[in-house]
Amino acid sequence: MTPQGSIRRRLFFQLAGVAAVLSLTFFFVVRSVAERAAEGTQDEILAASATAIADSLRSENGGVTLDLPYSALSMLGSVSEDRVFYRVTADGKTLTGYDDLPLPTGGRQTGQTIVETLTYRGDELRAVSVLRPLGSFSAQQDVVVTVAQTREGLEAISRRITATATAVGGGFFLLATALSLWAARTALAPLERLTGAVTRRGPKDLRPVDAIAPAELVPLVTALNGFMSRLRASLLRTEDFIAEAAHRVRTPLATVRAQAEVTHRKLNKPEHKQAIREMIRAIDESSRSAGQMLDHAMVTFRTDSMDRDALDLSALTRETCSQLVPTADLKDISITTDCGPDPVPFEGDRILLQAALLNILDNAIKYSPADSHISVSLRTREDLILSVADEGRGFDDLDLPRLANRYQRGSNTGDIVGSGLGLTIASDVAGAHGGRLIIAQNPKGVGACVSLVLPH
Amino acid sequence: MRIACLAALIWVAQAAVAVAFDAEDHVDYPASPETAVLRVISTADQSVFEPILLAFQARNPGLSVQYTITSTTELMRAIQDEDAVFDLAISSAMDLQTKLANDGFARRFSPTVADGLPSWAIWRDQLFAFTQEPAVLLVSDADFPPGTEPRSREALIATLRENPDRFRGRVGTYDVRTSGFGYLMATQDSRNSEAFWRLMEVMGRLDAQLYCCSGAMIRDVAAGDLALAYNVLGSYAAAQQAEVDGFRIVELDDYVNVMLRTALIPTTAENVDGAQKMVTFLLSLQRQPDVTTAAGLPAIDPASFQANTALRPIRFGPGLLVFLDQLRRQNFLRNWEGSLVQE
Repeated sequence: MTPQGSIRRRLFFQLAGVAAVLSLTFFFVVRSVAERAAEGTQDEILAASATAIADSLRSENGGVTLDLPYSALSMLGSVSEDRVFYRVTADGKTLTGYDDLPLPTGGRQTGQTIVETLTYRGDELRAVSVLRPLGSFSAQQDVVVTVAQTREGLEAISRRITATATAVGGGFFLLATALSLWAARTALAPLERLTGAVTRRGPKDLRPVDAIAPAELVPLVTALNGFMSRLRASLLRTEDFIAEAAHRVRTPLATVRAQAEVTHRKLNKPEHKQAIREMIRAIDESSRSAGQMLDHAMVTFRTDSMDRDALDLSALTRETCSQLVPTADLKDISITTDCGPDPVPFEGDRILLQAALLNILDNAIKYSPADSHISVSLRTREDLILSVADEGRGFDDLDLPRLANRYQRGSNTGDIVGSGLGLTIASDVAGAHGGRLIIAQNPKGVGACVSLVLPH
Repeated sequence: MRIACLAALIWVAQAAVAVAFDAEDHVDYPASPETAVLRVISTADQSVFEPILLAFQARNPGLSVQYTITSTTELMRAIQDEDAVFDLAISSAMDLQTKLANDGFARRFSPTVADGLPSWAIWRDQLFAFTQEPAVLLVSDADFPPGTEPRSREALIATLRENPDRFRGRVGTYDVRTSGFGYLMATQDSRNSEAFWRLMEVMGRLDAQLYCCSGAMIRDVAAGDLALAYNVLGSYAAAQQAEVDGFRIVELDDYVNVMLRTALIPTTAENVDGAQKMVTFLLSLQRQPDVTTAAGLPAIDPASFQANTALRPIRFGPGLLVFLDQLRRQNFLRNWEGSLVQE
């Protein structure tokens, strides 16, 4: 199954995205607040300076005069090394200071403080103006005191604030990203725990999952448990069905065959005997086919949940061969097993391996002529090779790969009845164990050689 | 040689056309071979500055120096009003230099500052202070035997009050109406101490003699024509003391204003690189005692301010613009005349 994205990645990117947005917001808020504060400080000092100058204004002989207070300008130098300009006008006429410094453009209400940003001599200035009436009521003059300062100090502060805000914002973002990574991992830990709990189970373990799950996973676990219980029930039913079916099919067939034999002995007319023999042969084939179909179903079912027993392949081979000795004897066929003196350890499913070998042997016996020889050998090479060689009619070369398919029979089977399942079963078992089935001509001459190749 | 003369002639002719401000003197220090010219306008006499210029030239061969001497106000005019082309302006008038920098007539330069140079020696990377020159009291040996000279302004006022006949017509100070240095020191005095105005009153009653320059005051005190002179440029007096007897230098105990001689690179400068080299050289004078001794200009020495806490270097900043204000200057001069010039 190809995964469609990753929850963890999405969670991480979403959290990191939120962190980035917050960091940027933090950066801009800090910078704007701090810059406004710095700007406010400069404005306040400028206002204090302008007020100090305005306070030292006095009327003299009907005119306005001023003793510029030392502190009014020196205070501006205490914070930064910015350039300072000032202008004092009375009724629009410059009294002192820089007579080309622009006058405030704002309202002209007396007692007002006007703060402006203006350009003067190519530089940006912050200017604060104080408006004051002066003189007796009859000869009142409107005096405007403007004090202005360049903003280099402010820019330096702004650069410092920006650097600090960038560092703090960046640090915050990195920290938040690291925490997002951790959060994404932690949030998905229960899922991983659950996955682990399910994955670690043996193939036959269909008990309900009882891992502790967070509320969000409870429906999934419940569904999973429901599904597993249905599966368990279904498997049990299938197993029962196979056993039941084998029993129900074989037992009546065996009874019918026994009856047919009894009848065969009692009959005297050769044509009647012949008919009964035909019947017995058909019953045998039916019984065989039913057995093989059940075997095949059993193999298919078992390969999904195979046992991995430690077993001795050599002993298993001898045991299985001996089971078929009686059948072989009926046709005067001798079976020799060559498994070497030592046990051959192998991990696999005993029942499946037996079924595979039985089917191969059964095929061999079926297609061998009377009074012939079947040799079974187990050799340990790179892989374990369990070969069954007979002296029968063998295969047509063209058919070889096709024969392992279900219900496919060789082109030269002729009169011999078969279901076409035997080699399929053997091949499935070999595949379930990670090996393969090799179908070949008997290297010693006539006949076939079928080998189960199983990896160590 | 002929070419050099011709060049000098052309330069003088150019100077005559271009320079409308009142220059007192031009001195040319040609280099051969010449790769660049550094035009310096300064208020320091040739005799004072020559050792520094020669030492600078020795380090920068190929750099010709044209040295123009003028007064502080004329220097201000040349840079501010006439856009005269100079690569470096050196002046003792801190207030005027500050105004030039404040009003945008100076270039910025961030020199690699020598260790131990105090931060107040550089303002806005535009003004570079390289000497510290105190305003001192001169007393004649004849009138004040050793140990009897006043040590503070209060003591000076008391001494003058108690002996009006002895000092009548025999005390001197700057005429602040004509001397930029005198005006700077007087305004700083007025800021520092209330005793200043009382001192001016007392000196005015004693018919104080007013001078344009420190040199004349030193000469008259040494000759015994003056019993004392107030606010004399200490560096000049110390240099003169080696040659002339008859006077002593007193640094008063209450406070001593210390003027910083400053250089700035005007915006009109053409040889900016040469000017920056000169500034860097001037800021390193502290490590060249032989040059400063020859020049008689004390380099900035932070240790001296720790040793004598009465020394007060005048600080750069917009505060220096206050006494340049037209109205403030008028008022100050009116007060000063009212105190000192009692017809």
